[in-house]
Amino acid sequence: MALPKHASTLERIWYYIYLVICALIFLFLIAPILIIIPLSFNAEPYFTFTQKMLSLDPTGYSARWYDLLLTFGMTAPDAARDSSWWADVWNNAAWVRAAKNSVIIGFFATILATALGTLAALGLSRPEMPYRRAIMAILISPMIVPIIITATGLFFFYSLTGLANSYIGVILAHATLGIPFVIITVTATLVGFDHSLTRASASLGANSTTTFRKIIMPLILPGVVSGALFAFVTSFDEVVVVLFVAAHDQQTIPRQMWNGIREQISPAILSVATILVIISILLLTTVELLRRRSERLRGLSPG
Amino acid sequence: MSETLTTVDGKPLKQALAAAQARAKRRAFWLVLPLLLFILVTFVAPIGQMLLRSVYNPSFSQAVPNLSVWFDENPPGTEPDEAAYEALVMDLRQMREDKSQGEAGTRVNYDYSGARSMFTSTARKAERLEPPYKEAVLDADDDWADPVLWQAMRGASSAYTMNFYLAALDLGRDENGNIVSVDDNRAVYVKLFGRTLFLSALITATTLILGFPIAHLLATLPLRYSNLLMIFVLLPFWTSLLVRTTSWIVLLQSQGVVNDLMVASGAVSDGNRLQMIYNQTGTIIAMTHILLPFTVLPLYSVMRPINPSYVRAARSLGATSWTAFRRIYLPQTIPGIGAGALLVFILSVGYYITPALVGGASGQLISNLIAFHMQKSLNWSLAAALAALLLGGVLVLYWLYDRLIGVDNLKLG
Repeated sequence: MALPKHASTLERIWYYIYLVICALIFLFLIAPILIIIPLSFNAEPYFTFTQKMLSLDPTGYSARWYDLLLTFGMTAPDAARDSSWWADVWNNAAWVRAAKNSVIIGFFATILATALGTLAALGLSRPEMPYRRAIMAILISPMIVPIIITATGLFFFYSLTGLANSYIGVILAHATLGIPFVIITVTATLVGFDHSLTRASASLGANSTTTFRKIIMPLILPGVVSGALFAFVTSFDEVVVVLFVAAHDQQTIPRQMWNGIREQISPAILSVATILVIISILLLTTVELLRRRSERLRGLSPG
Repeated sequence: MSETLTTVDGKPLKQALAAAQARAKRRAFWLVLPLLLFILVTFVAPIGQMLLRSVYNPSFSQAVPNLSVWFDENPPGTEPDEAAYEALVMDLRQMREDKSQGEAGTRVNYDYSGARSMFTSTARKAERLEPPYKEAVLDADDDWADPVLWQAMRGASSAYTMNFYLAALDLGRDENGNIVSVDDNRAVYVKLFGRTLFLSALITATTLILGFPIAHLLATLPLRYSNLLMIFVLLPFWTSLLVRTTSWIVLLQSQGVVNDLMVASGAVSDGNRLQMIYNQTGTIIAMTHILLPFTVLPLYSVMRPINPSYVRAARSLGATSWTAFRRIYLPQTIPGIGAGALLVFILSVGYYITPALVGGASGQLISNLIAFHMQKSLNWSLAAALAALLLGGVLVLYWLYDRLIGVDNLKLG
């Protein structure tokens, strides 16, 4: 909304105040996320900018907290950094093990959520689908129901069915939590999906598998991939269900962070946070590119 | 005279159409079925089981077959006689054999504090107790004569009970089984529900106040710029919740960046740094930040298609810019305000992680109390009852959201 030429002085003043207010709100949104990046390079164990950091003295900065991420939990952190040291990191470092667990759980939860969610979204976006609204409401509900209730329910259910303390239990729970995101993104790509394309393909002699592979899949793929990324992030960031149903030695990154924040918050948490911020920037970029590609494919935007 | 239309193979057209439609329906349903079953097993069934647990707790009723008979034969308020004490001693002996006195005592302890230790210590002596049992039991611990305890045991002797819901609403039963409210110093839950609702409403209001201007700016800027600025909204949305909570801890600590800035600028002296974290303020600030994108996104998607010529027309007809905004622009954004506010309210009512980490004592919400009963006090039935009440509230709001906005209009970025 550019200011029109005939605006009065008062309106001009208000307009600039409005811009300043907006700038402050944007600052409120983004500053907390960006501020931890420089703080994670603090040479001192403080959570604020030291005098040395403010004067851009290189000795005020260090990567010691990143180093701690590797050495924490190792059997011989002070040994020479050769291949056996790195093997020690890979096998014993607490954060590395947590990252491995997070990736394994996230990967399988994503596969499950994406496969089931995409299939269901295809059915839900058909006009003939019976009880569409009610079923949609049930499938989206894991996103709405408070996580503590889901975790409580799963705790009782898993202790009864013997899924407690197992990877499978966590994977199933995380898939459930990721499914609403897959449904929402895939149905969004299917809005305005031109069904005459599938009919055209059928009339040209393609069977339904070929139609799905060659016509439907390429069109909805951007939505599917964004949904999968959402599902992965949901699992990668989930801590409450893990706290309730996972075994004590099944550490994940969020759980390790949770423990770190609750017990003694150390700047090592900030270095993990920085890494996670960078991952989310990458994911956001991917999803935005996919969204534009999908809009271009469906001719919704000029490109 | 009128000939029914038929398909090539001679079937009436109406029938053929109905069959084709039924087939299409079935096909659509088959696509959804696997996921529906999956959600029913991994989500709906666990929550159903939790709801059952909030009204069903057999740990005492299983352990007291003899007492249950006595309770059935005598109406509430009866003075426990020799037969009652005999039944009690028989049950305590059996508990000692099954090692179930702790569990059974814990169940009664929920309604009568101190009961657990009475059960364990008297069960230890039960084998040596001689008739008359009444005197013997009262000799062991004279608290056994308390009519409130007998009422608590009567309540627990049936596996199905509404007592956990009563407890979740700060209610209890007196010695005659009437529902009464508990002492003021033990009444915590209603207050906490109230606080949860109040804080959620407050957070919803702040997200609206902060979200409206930037959604308006994003909606009125040319797409090139707004897509860039949208990153400021979407990056927090994609960033881990724990990361955002951590950064608020770092920022708001008494030795943190915000306090340092204020000390440096002279707004507060070094001695009275503000306490902004581990209390309600921390919960409000961090949750507002975390939930702000959920307001901005629906507002933006409603504001973007609003045609600016309506406001221009109002201005050309003599309205001041404030009137034009209030009478013309604002009413058109109501659907977005409703969608954003309702979603933020639903999400914040059940929030757990952020209050647990930054809330301190005064910033805890009802979810944190559920977690406390699950993990610390181990009163799982009470946790389930509290969760059921919270779930009921959330589902009503969700139903409202579906009525007013429709779940298929949920947008993520």
